[in-house]
Amino acid sequence: MTAAAPTTLSRPGGLWVAFSNNRLSWVGLVLLAAIVLIAIFAPLIAPHDPLEQNIVSRLEPPSAEFWLGTDSYGRDVLSRLIYGSRISLVVGFLAILIAMSIGATVGILAGYIGGPFDQLVMGLLDVMLSFPTLLLGLMIAAMLGASLENLIIAIAITEIAPFARIARAPTISLKQRDFVEAGRALGFGPVRIMRVHILPNMISDVVVMGSLWMASAIRTEASLSFIGLGVPPPAATWGGMIREGFENILDAWWLAVFPSLAILLTVLALNLLGDALRDAIDPKLRAE
Amino acid sequence: MIGYAIRRLVLAIPTLFVMLTAIFVLVRLVPGDAASVILGDQASEASLRALRAKLGLDQPIYLQYLSFMGDVLRGNLGQSLSSGRSVIQEVLLVLPYTIELTLAAIAVGVGLGLPLGIAAAVGRNGWIDYAARLVSLIGLSFPAFVSGILMLIVFAIQLGWFPVLNSGDGGLGGGLRSLALPAFNLGIIMMAYVVRVTRASMLGVLSEDYIRTARAKGVRPVRLILRHALRNGLIPIITVIGLYFGTLIGNSVLTEIIFNRPGLGKLIFGALNSRDYTLLQGLMIIFAICVIVVNTLTDLAYGLVDPRVKYKS
Amino acid sequence: MMMNADDDAVLTISNLRTEFRIGGVWHAAVRDLSLTLRRNETLAIVGESGSGKSVTALSILRLLPNAGARIGAGEMMFEGRDIAQLSEHEMSRIRGNAIAMIFQEPMTSLNPTMTVGQQIAEVITIHRHVPHSEASAEALRLLREVKIPAAESRIHDYPHQFSGGMRQRVMIAMALACRPKILLADEPTTALDVTIQAQVLMQLDELKQAYGMSILFITHNLGVVAQIADRVAVMYAGEVVELAGVETLFARPTHPYTAALLRAMPRADRSSDSLEPIAGSVPPLTSMPPGCAYAPRCPHKLPSCVQARPALQESSDLAGDRSHLVRCPVRLAGASP
Repeated sequence: MTAAAPTTLSRPGGLWVAFSNNRLSWVGLVLLAAIVLIAIFAPLIAPHDPLEQNIVSRLEPPSAEFWLGTDSYGRDVLSRLIYGSRISLVVGFLAILIAMSIGATVGILAGYIGGPFDQLVMGLLDVMLSFPTLLLGLMIAAMLGASLENLIIAIAITEIAPFARIARAPTISLKQRDFVEAGRALGFGPVRIMRVHILPNMISDVVVMGSLWMASAIRTEASLSFIGLGVPPPAATWGGMIREGFENILDAWWLAVFPSLAILLTVLALNLLGDALRDAIDPKLRAE
Repeated sequence: MIGYAIRRLVLAIPTLFVMLTAIFVLVRLVPGDAASVILGDQASEASLRALRAKLGLDQPIYLQYLSFMGDVLRGNLGQSLSSGRSVIQEVLLVLPYTIELTLAAIAVGVGLGLPLGIAAAVGRNGWIDYAARLVSLIGLSFPAFVSGILMLIVFAIQLGWFPVLNSGDGGLGGGLRSLALPAFNLGIIMMAYVVRVTRASMLGVLSEDYIRTARAKGVRPVRLILRHALRNGLIPIITVIGLYFGTLIGNSVLTEIIFNRPGLGKLIFGALNSRDYTLLQGLMIIFAICVIVVNTLTDLAYGLVDPRVKYKS
Repeated sequence: MMMNADDDAVLTISNLRTEFRIGGVWHAAVRDLSLTLRRNETLAIVGESGSGKSVTALSILRLLPNAGARIGAGEMMFEGRDIAQLSEHEMSRIRGNAIAMIFQEPMTSLNPTMTVGQQIAEVITIHRHVPHSEASAEALRLLREVKIPAAESRIHDYPHQFSGGMRQRVMIAMALACRPKILLADEPTTALDVTIQAQVLMQLDELKQAYGMSILFITHNLGVVAQIADRVAVMYAGEVVELAGVETLFARPTHPYTAALLRAMPRADRSSDSLEPIAGSVPPLTSMPPGCAYAPRCPHKLPSCVQARPALQESSDLAGDRSHLVRCPVRLAGASP
């Protein structure tokens, strides 16, 4: 009966100690908190209505009235940037949440049931994992059509495989442990065992992976929006704004720069956070 | 080694089947009627029916599957709906550009990343180590198209070092300048991954006993690192290169769009825009095959690098 | 007075101090060690884990990790030069060449991606600058010499295709390829079966006779010492506490630690009821007592023992031409065992 090594999170305070020792993790946390706050309080912070068009002042460079300039429809870049954070964060979060739930379930089932079912699932996962995330998302989004819900679904599907992998490994080692045997002897059904015994032991690992993969989800979201498969205009999305900036790159290069920086900072924050959390749990754990 | 290679190749076949099936399912998951999506709401019933017949959509699903598989295995990927040329032809027109870009990106990624990762591991916790980790973090945080656009703005538009619009008139390779930015853009992502994994792998290897033995034999530092350490640390590095080859292909789509290069990426983009589903399906198949080929090559590379892999049953 | 054996000395270590950085402070793992290794002799260094015996060997070849370890003081005279002061480049010319080393773990000490032939030939090409064909031929000869069966085909095999004992022989072949004057052997038989152990030891002895070299043999196993050593140095807490010819050591162990070691060792001529473990444990590097390091565990302890560190002194008990040095004024004064 091999015992899975206890993770740092199972010791209260362990995670916090490891986390706070890492300077960069604080940067990530603060940055992310700032972005989240901006997204939540968007209506209060944004100086203008992101959808309000102003044909007179199209493509203007940063000025006193429009701090970051205006786009080709005369809309305030700053306000659109602020509201764009909502879409990116919501899409990223929901997509990961869905991917996590489905992925972890599949992984636990595969690990627990084992045998040919496990082989089949792993084979499918390998196929999915080796296919480029962006292309997969592209195909799915193209098939489903451009809308917020479809975007979330498409991204969620591309991120399922890693979570399934993460959930499967500890399941296999956990199902050999004594308390699972005891549960089975007492007549607990497999569902109960999986839910009560196996799931809580790995939930921390899965959640940590979630933060890392959220960065990937937001990158994919931005890419898909750039291509035009995201939330349709006139909604303000960072990816869409970059596309607009790209189309006007010779006249108004700043249009592309600001949303780019926004994406960069968000992804950076999530990467820092995710890295720090992952190191805190297990320095040997590698995200693939 | 030959036996190992054959075993690997044989393993690739079922994977291919699964992928083809998945593509088949995916394409037919389009909600609603494919024909009306393609032709639009205004299309007449007759033209809809004609298109359905042409696409074979009026057949029962299992017959469609069989003819699909049959076609693919015979190398017939259909015809592009917009251009009329065969899919294979369309692909061959742009394939050289994509290959050129991909190889250049790998050269950048590995050529820069490997030495940086080694230096970081050898000079552990020194300034090179921190620099390498920083570079890696930045490389991982930029979505490809973001860095592409920023590069375009800074280097091409503002500084004018590189051409902005690459019409590809220099032909293949004739435009080293036009290749530079997109290759670098794609390459820094691979470089970030390569630096990370090389550093980690080398750190592990350098603390192994046989490195100490080699030192005790009088092996000099350069040979120690290259022949003894690197050779043993290559497996995870090769894994990562193979793994992120896929990401590379994916990101090449965006890079080609931004830098206006012909290639498979632009082809996909065009197919999406014009709802050219046959072309799209054909391209997905091509990509699937590429991915499988890369995976198999990666496995074969393992066999070359680590003798223990070859001799397992 | 002991016979002056210095002109027969191949390596003379004087006042060696090797330190490790623990918690930002440098602590000595080897404190003020002085030893002389003579031509064609096998000198065994015996001690528990943590006694500093492996560190001593690593210090000789300057194989300590770069960060966190250093030679704090002392000199090591070899062929007229102080190798403690040599540059890394000059050291690399000595390693594997004039001084060679074999290690404890044969399983992990060989490069898994090179054939054994390549690894042996490598030493030869590095130091002798001969063409590869000649180096390979020599490698083959060496494999035969260490009695690897079917050497012609096995030379192309990889380490994972050999057993532990065979791998150790490959290590020996590699170490002896350039006819070193000194072989440092760090517990080479500890990880092997008893029967294989005997074979390897015998082989080492034969090769030593044939090649004419000195061996510094590190072990914690007194049984092995009895088999192969000419002289023995007993180490405790980073210093030599007793140094004597092998018969003298076993017949008349003077330092309390040596005596305790012998009592704790199973012997064929004693029943196992008389085995006595040594109470207490070795003091950690970071908190070395000011006086005699063994005092806390010593039954003969006197108040003077904890005040000042005792020096290594001559015992009046002489056998043959080998001196008997003991770091215990109490026992030396008392004389009786």
